[in-house]
Amino acid sequence: MRNIGLIFRREFGAYFATPLAYIFIVIFLVMAGTLTFFVGGFLARDQADLQPFFGFHPWLYLFLVPALSMRLWAEDRRLGTIELFLTLPITMFEAVVGKFLAAWAFTGVALALTCPFWISVNYLGNPDNGVILASYIGSYLMAGAYLAIGSLISAMTKNQVIAFVVAAAVCFLFTVAGSPILLNYFENWAPGGLVEAIANFGFLTHFDAIQRGVIDLRDVIFFGSAIVIALIANAFVIDWKKAE
Amino acid sequence: MSALLSIQKLTKRFGPITAVDGLEFEVGRGEVLGFLGPNGAGKSTTMKMISGFLAPSAGTAVVAGHDVRMAPQAVKAAIGYLPEGAPAYPDMTPLSFLSFVARIRGLADGEVKDAVERVIEQTRLTQVVMQPIETLSKGYKRRVGLAQALVHDPEVLILDEPTDGLDPNQKHEVRNLIMSMAAEKCIVVSTHILEEVDAVCSRAMIIARGRVLADGTPEELKARSGAASLDDFFREVTGHA
Repeated sequence: MRNIGLIFRREFGAYFATPLAYIFIVIFLVMAGTLTFFVGGFLARDQADLQPFFGFHPWLYLFLVPALSMRLWAEDRRLGTIELFLTLPITMFEAVVGKFLAAWAFTGVALALTCPFWISVNYLGNPDNGVILASYIGSYLMAGAYLAIGSLISAMTKNQVIAFVVAAAVCFLFTVAGSPILLNYFENWAPGGLVEAIANFGFLTHFDAIQRGVIDLRDVIFFGSAIVIALIANAFVIDWKKAE
Repeated sequence: MSALLSIQKLTKRFGPITAVDGLEFEVGRGEVLGFLGPNGAGKSTTMKMISGFLAPSAGTAVVAGHDVRMAPQAVKAAIGYLPEGAPAYPDMTPLSFLSFVARIRGLADGEVKDAVERVIEQTRLTQVVMQPIETLSKGYKRRVGLAQALVHDPEVLILDEPTDGLDPNQKHEVRNLIMSMAAEKCIVVSTHILEEVDAVCSRAMIIARGRVLADGTPEELKARSGAASLDDFFREVTGHA
């Protein structure tokens, strides 16, 4: 546990050592605000809730989270610091989890800084704060799942740009898996069971359920297991690719 | 006295290429082994396997009584390792970097400050401890890498080209540092610079294509070949006489 804490602190600090952290947070907040007010019609719909705000989170995460995760392992591999890191007396579990938690905590900071939306909507009306809390939890879990996928892909390459682009593409597939965009393609030829299975992998499907204010254990388990599976694969990929 | 470092039929294959081919040797306390060989001879690969970074294809390395295949954590804890190119986190300062390595290498919070100050002194980093590592010169970066390998005062030191990129004065200092630690440690140094072997090593080993071609004190190697210098002997055994 001590090692995870030490790795966490180093990695978390690394985000703030460069302008990356500040750029990320500013862009996240500006885009979340713009989409909520201008595209989502936050004021025009005249309802005291944050649905237009949370509704855009999957699409924001889609390209912002890969920007965070791309450096997790690709940078270490390019700089050669992976050799230093993995010859410290730490386990692979500690290495992978420490880095992941640092990135996840960082997205937590960005998400927490959106609290003015919550304050505004409480000032303007009487929203269901239970629904808002559930949506925040759901959004954070979903960000974790995107991050774990991004971390896995970052471990596959030395090139951060490749890590970014591939992670964004894979995250897109997971986002839309449950929506007609992807399902229409499979429906014509794939057996019904397969279509249903693919639909179940959709992040949107699970996030929509939580957004309605019901934290169903199945949705939590879905995002939790997505994180765990991606991180286990991450550990194997590092072991397999580190010699290159 | 049993050897601190024992290499047993150590082999590494990358696909069809055998980079390290059944190496076998032992290094005891008080020895400084100079690891020589042309580029691509398998020096770095051997060091990566000893330090637990790469898994051997066959054979093993036993460090301070721990088998690297069975107990990699114990081996990593016993070793101070300077990887090729002396990598370090560019965004950190030497002070924060060395403190991080000291803590993760298990030093208690109370010991970290003293240990970091000791290695900063030993490697003469005092002037730059607060500068980001990415802004340091090549020589300083190398010394940060060396400091990182020494911070937990390990019994076994594996140094991959510790003097590469240093100017003659800095080379001299690093050699003195290695010699000052030689008595109580087991040190393996890889190098291209043959005069370095003459200067610091109690024993030299020339490898090529993953096999040991010659092993002895620098004087023995010179005497065996009748060559006037290690340079000539090196060219002779690696096939460029």
